[in-house]
Amino acid sequence: MAAVLPSAGKQSQVSAQRKSRTGYFLLLPGMTWLAIFFAIPFVTLFMTSLQAPVAGKSGQYVPAFQVSNYPDALAEYWPQFLRSFLYAGIATGLALLIAYPLAYFIAFKAGRWRALMLVLVIAPSFASFLLRTYAWKTILSDEGFITSFFNALHLLPDDRILNTSIAVVAGLTYNFLPFMILPLYAALEKIDPRLLEASNDLYASAFTTFRKITWPLSLPGVVAGTLLTFIPAAGDYINSELLGSTQDRMIGNVIQTNFIEFRDYPTASALSFVLMAVILVMVFTYIRRAGTEDLV
Amino acid sequence: MRWIKSKLLSVIAVLVLIYLFIPIAVVATLSFNKPEGKYNTSWNQFSLDAWTNICGVPGVCDSFMISVRIGIISTIFATILGTMIAFALVRYRFRGRATTNLLIFLPMTTPEVVMGASLLALFLNLRFPLGETTIIIAHIMFTISFVVVTVKARLQGMDPRLEEAARDLYASPRATFRYVTFPLVAPGIAGAALLGFSLSFDDFIISFFNAGTVVTFPIYIWGAAQRGIPVQVNALATLVFVVALLIVLTSQFVSYRKRKALEAGMSSDAAIAGANVKGLEAAMPRS
Repeated sequence: MAAVLPSAGKQSQVSAQRKSRTGYFLLLPGMTWLAIFFAIPFVTLFMTSLQAPVAGKSGQYVPAFQVSNYPDALAEYWPQFLRSFLYAGIATGLALLIAYPLAYFIAFKAGRWRALMLVLVIAPSFASFLLRTYAWKTILSDEGFITSFFNALHLLPDDRILNTSIAVVAGLTYNFLPFMILPLYAALEKIDPRLLEASNDLYASAFTTFRKITWPLSLPGVVAGTLLTFIPAAGDYINSELLGSTQDRMIGNVIQTNFIEFRDYPTASALSFVLMAVILVMVFTYIRRAGTEDLV
Repeated sequence: MRWIKSKLLSVIAVLVLIYLFIPIAVVATLSFNKPEGKYNTSWNQFSLDAWTNICGVPGVCDSFMISVRIGIISTIFATILGTMIAFALVRYRFRGRATTNLLIFLPMTTPEVVMGASLLALFLNLRFPLGETTIIIAHIMFTISFVVVTVKARLQGMDPRLEEAARDLYASPRATFRYVTFPLVAPGIAGAALLGFSLSFDDFIISFFNAGTVVTFPIYIWGAAQRGIPVQVNALATLVFVVALLIVLTSQFVSYRKRKALEAGMSSDAAIAGANVKGLEAAMPRS
């Protein structure tokens, strides 16, 4: 996705493009790898989602065309599905609110600190994802400063943060924040600052300038950042497992336990497939707006 | 009031950056802790035990080395395959460009749990034994796209006139690539490799699905979380964080210095190419 990383102009693209067999030769190994280990597994996943159990033997399945696996799986796990989209949606909204001022600052005000600030945005991912999430357990613990603070204000419905949905959403927001900041920055950085000056010269208030110029021009970044935050958040199960209670389980938890612990492959595959279908709808909506050339 | 208003954005930006580092500060601080019980979640007493005896708990360093090995192998493969694709996308015209773009884009937007599950479904159906090989296969698969994006951005940002100039000076296609194109793209490839390694090293979900009995560093942490994570894990993670940060900061600083040093109206790309003129001359056929 071009919007992820700040890239320079595309001046070289058309003029230098050649047509020869070398192009296909360069594509072949990598694309074959992706076809075999990314595309074909979806076919296997789909076939597995239609398998039927072998009577009397748990964990064993035979190829079949048992379409009822889908309504069965959804009937049992629709709360986790809804919860995933709800949590991921709230986390994405919060991430947008938190990321926008920082991305704006880096794009327009950071000056010579710009490169360093971008490094600092990426740097947290160098520390283990699991340990960072685990650290939130310490930060949000019942004895912790944050919980006491909100309790003093009587703002917490359960008098605690850890093991509630608040902690899960907070963890999701934190973990996927860089995926929101970078595309936003990439879009904001492309805006000509003279447009903002012109608006100011024409006596537009700061708010009007933002609403009429900055925000509309940053929309590609908003859309890309929303996708890149929402999708991994909706499929995540680490945050809900480490920070939430059993009431906060998301669809990722269900897929993981059904696949690895219960060995209920058809149900887990059916759920994965539905999750992927929802995400594909989102991606294709995005493509209709942006076209495939802007994806990578 | 006006001062607050003008500084508000800076204050928020700094606060968000601090927020990004809070958990890391916790991880690093707790690496100097001597936990009271088995759970290293609250501060008890300062201790250097974990740092002086970093492999002191069985399994920690083994899993760490497994992750390093998997990271290196998958990064090498993914960087080569991804760089080739990036060159093809920017430099060549071919049929099926839209499909190619889509196949590169989708792995970046597919939830890891879906990729892990679908790949496991494939391996189970093929009765392919799970282990380090399957983890490496998976890691190459999901890293390629990120390499493509990073290298492609670098290639697109290059001034095409530099290569034209080399060709005009009768450099063979090979010499042009060796002395102009490659040195210009190299920082992008190095960045892609670093990104690839950090993605592979830190991956938990996809690895967990396809690991069989192999225990990578994240899988070790996941397992240990139930019975208490050893302090050594915090020390190792802090070490990795510091080393990675130093590598990135050094490379940023070097390229910053290079730019400063060459601010004589030349673009930095042109300057790098200029530095390679000597090599180009050596490679040229003598008349």
